[in-house]
Amino acid sequence: MAVTEQPTPEVAEELEERWEDAPGIPGFFNTVDHKRIGMRYIYTAFLFFFASGALALVMRVQLAQPNAGVLSPETYNEFFTMHGTAMIFLFNTPVLAGFGNYLIPLMLGSRDMAFPRLNAFSYWIFLLSGLFLLSSFVVGHPPNGGWFAYTPLTSKPYSSGINIDFWGLGVIFVGISTTVGAVNFIVSIFKLRAPGMTLNRMPIFVWSMLVFSFMVIFAVPSITVAAALLELDRLFGTAFYSVGGGGSVLLYQHLFWFWGHPEVYILFIPATGMVSMIIPVFSRHRLAGYVWVATALVTVAFISFGVWVHHMFATGIPALALSFFSAASLIITLPSGVQFFAWIATMWKGVVHFSTAMLFALGFLLIFLLGGITGVMVAVLPFDWQVTDSYFVVAHFHYVLNGAVVFPIFGALYYWLPKMTGRMLDERLGKISFWTMFIGFNVAFFPMHILGFLGMPRRIYTYDSGLGWDTLNLLISVASFVFAAGTLLTLYNFVRSRFRGARAPADPWHADSLEWTTTSPPPEYNFAAIPIVNGRHPLWDDPPSSVEVADGQPSTRALGIVGALEKDMPVTEGLDARPQDVLGIPEPTYLPFIAAVGIALLFVGLLVEAAIIGVVGVLIGMAAVVHWLWRTSENLR
Amino acid sequence: MSSPAIRIEPVPRTRGYPTAWWGMVVLITTEAMVFISLLASYFFVRAGASKWPPPGIPLPELHRSVVFTVVLLGSSIPIFWMEYALVRGHMRQVAVSLAIAFLMGLAFLGNTVYDYLNQEFGLRENAYASLFWVILGLHAIHVLVGLLMSATVQVKVWTGRVTPEHHVTPEVFALYWHFVDGVWVFVFATLFLSPHLR
Amino acid sequence: MSARHRRRLVALAIAVGIATAGCGGAHSIVNPKGSEADRVAGVWWLMFGLAAAVYVVVAGCILYAATRGRRRRGPSRLHDNWFIWIGGVIVPFLILVVLAVVTVDATSALRTSSPGAVRIDVVGKLWWWEVRYPGHGVVTANEIHIPRGTPINVHLTSDNVIHSFWVPQLAGKMDTIPGQPNNLQFTADKVGRYAGRCAEFCGLQHAHMGFDVIVETPADYGRWLARRERVPLEPASEEAASGQLVFQREACAGCHTIGGTDAQGTVGPDLTDVGSRRLLGAGAIENTPQNMRAWIRDAGAIKPGVQMPSFQSLPDRDVAALAAYLESLK
Ligand code: HEA
Ligand code: HEA
Ligand code: HEC
Ligand code: CUA
Ligand SMILES: [Cu+2]
Repeated sequence: MAVTEQPTPEVAEELEERWEDAPGIPGFFNTVDHKRIGMRYIYTAFLFFFASGALALVMRVQLAQPNAGVLSPETYNEFFTMHGTAMIFLFNTPVLAGFGNYLIPLMLGSRDMAFPRLNAFSYWIFLLSGLFLLSSFVVGHPPNGGWFAYTPLTSKPYSSGINIDFWGLGVIFVGISTTVGAVNFIVSIFKLRAPGMTLNRMPIFVWSMLVFSFMVIFAVPSITVAAALLELDRLFGTAFYSVGGGGSVLLYQHLFWFWGHPEVYILFIPATGMVSMIIPVFSRHRLAGYVWVATALVTVAFISFGVWVHHMFATGIPALALSFFSAASLIITLPSGVQFFAWIATMWKGVVHFSTAMLFALGFLLIFLLGGITGVMVAVLPFDWQVTDSYFVVAHFHYVLNGAVVFPIFGALYYWLPKMTGRMLDERLGKISFWTMFIGFNVAFFPMHILGFLGMPRRIYTYDSGLGWDTLNLLISVASFVFAAGTLLTLYNFVRSRFRGARAPADPWHADSLEWTTTSPPPEYNFAAIPIVNGRHPLWDDPPSSVEVADGQPSTRALGIVGALEKDMPVTEGLDARPQDVLGIPEPTYLPFIAAVGIALLFVGLLVEAAIIGVVGVLIGMAAVVHWLWRTSENLR
Repeated sequence: MSSPAIRIEPVPRTRGYPTAWWGMVVLITTEAMVFISLLASYFFVRAGASKWPPPGIPLPELHRSVVFTVVLLGSSIPIFWMEYALVRGHMRQVAVSLAIAFLMGLAFLGNTVYDYLNQEFGLRENAYASLFWVILGLHAIHVLVGLLMSATVQVKVWTGRVTPEHHVTPEVFALYWHFVDGVWVFVFATLFLSPHLR
Repeated sequence: MSARHRRRLVALAIAVGIATAGCGGAHSIVNPKGSEADRVAGVWWLMFGLAAAVYVVVAGCILYAATRGRRRRGPSRLHDNWFIWIGGVIVPFLILVVLAVVTVDATSALRTSSPGAVRIDVVGKLWWWEVRYPGHGVVTANEIHIPRGTPINVHLTSDNVIHSFWVPQLAGKMDTIPGQPNNLQFTADKVGRYAGRCAEFCGLQHAHMGFDVIVETPADYGRWLARRERVPLEPASEEAASGQLVFQREACAGCHTIGGTDAQGTVGPDLTDVGSRRLLGAGAIENTPQNMRAWIRDAGAIKPGVQMPSFQSLPDRDVAALAAYLESLK
């Protein structure tokens, strides 16, 4: 359904010209288009996914048999550290930021993010920090202290090499990207919603990214501080974590997990947001309990800041304090339960159409149910004393991370890639991929619960036979490869679609949200005229209106095609989304890239302890920031 | 064209802050969390210590530090003045007030540097010393960045790039400066005052 | 489609069956041999029942809801709000209350210390365990003898990195944390040998940081303690005696203690009773004369990264003598 004012062909051509990036290399480095940046985020993150998945597969080969010699203990430790670190920092968080980047302006009915240059900056930081971390393999000293790098194992006396510095500096580095991205999301979501899109009409995915961003803002500083103090101890000889110097090793754990726990919900919440978009569309029914779900997301965010000690149950903290955190961890189940039953009610009332995206959503439900339940089990203090740091916990977090986060992301690929690339993915191949992944996943990760019961600790590079672990480990290893094959099928499906996929119409799924009103892929300017939203489901029952722009008020003018021609975005009021102001969209610029390179130099300087590189980096970074400030108001009309 | 075109009444522009200002609000929130984490670490380590400050380290002095606290907090006053002058279009006053605040900030920073150069204990000595210097240093870096922003904004004002209609950067800078001042209250209370309490 | 889902449920039931059967094995936390582990196993079975019920009901709802529309056409009269209230809030809340009560109850039971407990000091090392019996002057490594039926209070410390003390069949974990001594109390109910492991990642040889807890009758335990208090031991054979000389001559004595001799090193494990141990190198290999020789020659080949140098240049004769000597120390 055509809902907004369409430009005439001449106007369309003019728009095209006005918005086009420079072709080739310059355009690659200076673009500020949220769609290009979003796609890059997704591609880069998936690159890291396959790389760290490959590490896991090698680990599984080593663990397939007792006393195997595929990996030395050193290499094994490096592999699981980098597997966990890359999955969390370089795949999971950024891939969600990528979907957010691409989709949020479209869902909001905006022409870009609030700070397009900042957006480009955050991508370059992500890319460079990822390369920074991975370059540790090239120099042969990858981090080896586990993904939470507990001190004193990671302190200079016990890890003298450069390995841990890659980790400590790397997580600070990538944190800049996440934080800057979150700032951008928050302001965009509050200030760039199309007129009429009040908060209670926002798609749930936008809600989830809003919650994601707030959690990032409040949680990430904690790991930045944890890692910064670690690096200060390592590089400058301070005594934060040194027992001899009056420091505390538990301080590190508190700082880490004060971020670490919220982080797992940072990963999880946008994944549920995706599910909340997919299920209603394929159930042909609006989401049951919209307000419930939005409230649940916000509630989870709040509670998740009060449970971090459940990762430290065995550290000898007094039992009374632990009981409190145990209880808080139990309570966090309720918002998840609410979401669960909202999804069930949605399907119950509608007629479910089993597309690939929907299958992934259903697979998510069945997997997350189990992962959530084992989460509740480990929240029970005395039980956790038995299973913490065993494969039971490995099973729990793969059910939630690899299951409850990766499955929705794959669902989202099948659902949104047609919008992004303009090509449909093959449904049959998709379904085969789903079943391979689903079966492979459960066979691989379910037995890990049992291994935990049988006393197998995590992070051991090998084990003796005769403990009853052999068969299960072999089974897990084989099934891991089945799962991996499933993911490769989707990769193949994607590549194939780029060449042979059917052309995607604007709205292939008869969905309800605004991103489906534009063509697939959307034009650079997203919307020639900004749609005026009249309800929660603009494409279903409350079609958007176009706006009359004759009266030349700048903020309403920007809504129409004139606005698009002038590269303007309307800014609306934070709560009720009434037009308020105009924001110019900056022209392409190399500034973000230069600033990111400056920061990268700073980190490299710290890593190799070469002050001069660091200083140059700081100067470049500062110069870019000053330049930025200098030009800011020129871009505002 | 399923719904007819409609007319919308925009909100008067003066009612809202620019997006850049909101961006700064969020950035400041996350910066505040950095300070909260560090100050919490300070008290966590203190809770596990038998003597605070540890033997051999004197209690923080409270004469010069109080004076310069007043200087730094006082530098928010010219900034308020600047904000007031901006909306009225008194660009000269804007320039003057920015300069005053700049000098006050510079004086404060000078004092911190002086402290560091005349230190009685270094940052490697023990956890107390590490916490003290790193928190103080982080705040000093914020002051430095604030001064850098101020300098940029001042040049913009002099060269007429800031007008009564277009004044996003001074507004954003003002917000940041107030934050740097505000956070000092907590840093000062923790690093300088709290060791005197037991 | 629904048939496929049903098959999945069957598969799940089988998996759960295997799970419960498999868990009966040795080392398993649901095959408890001590009151603490027993208590936790009880908590587990309760949770397992609840979890199975929740999974079956909720998964049932999902599958029903997903397939309902294909079978039935008419609109559903399901009331969203009530459905969410009951399924998502009220019922889970009731279950959670049960779990909270169980948590608090079991926690307080597991963390009350009994006055008559036997104290044993255990120190986490890189990558082995030092064991001390305060008041008896007895020091050993990697094997912890305890009396049956008496509460044991393990006092856990570390002077290096963090480790975690875990004997699945006896009790849950407790970390050894530098600068913060911890206590773990448990009571063993059955005589036997129970495998323990380090559960917190502690570097290269975290995988080989095992130990045994040997539960004896109070009488046997008393005899063991008395024998261990009664050093020195004299070398039993001539070869052993020459082994003792090599031990003093080479670097060994600088790192290891052998009670009653001049060897008083504290870097490595106390070897006063090394001949009696089941395993060498904190679980790396079995303790046989042949393995002992291999260990002395090149411990790093058996346990890569081990903090003991290799002695490949020692003549075979010396190595054999050393092994004979060490094996005689029981
Ligand atoms: C996406 C990530 C994610 C998610 C969503 C969760 C969800 C939960 N997690 Fe998990 N967790 C991790 C990622 C995640 N976790 C990771 C990565 C680790 C390990 C880190 C490491 O050590 O390396 C970890 C570890 C971990 C621990 C520490 C274990 C240990 O190290 O010893 C604990 C302890 O309390 C815990 C608890 C929970 C709980 C209570 C939930 C709850 O939110 C789950 C709630 C959901 C449900 C229960 C299902 C739906 C609810 C219903 C259908 C209602 C009815 C249900 C009941 C009444 C039971 N988690
Ligand atoms: C999002 C998070 C995420 C995901 C998706 C995964 C995915 C997988 N994980 Fe991961 N895992 C973690 C997060 C995750 N993991 C974390 C945080 C830890 C803790 C680390 C620590 O203790 O510090 C961990 C630890 C961990 C362990 C425990 C190690 C130990 O304690 O000793 C194991 C063991 O089996 C494991 C296995 C797997 C497997 C088999 C997969 C499979 O799903 C992987 C599937 C494989 C692929 C998808 C790759 C396919 C690619 C190819 C076949 C080759 C193509 C190659 C290129 C294109 C380069 N993981
Ligand atoms: C630099 C110190 C050092 C020296 C020298 C040294 N050892 Fe060791 N030894 C250790 C350490 C540390 C361990 C514990 C290794 C582990 O299990 O990780 C150990 C373990 C052992 C064990 C196994 C004990 C057990 O119960 O597991 C034996 C036996 C042993 N050493 C014998 C010797 C002999 C014989 C020599 C001399 C030829 C010797 N050591 C020299 C440090 C040393
Ligand atoms: Cu000690 Cu792991
Ligand atoms: Cu957690």
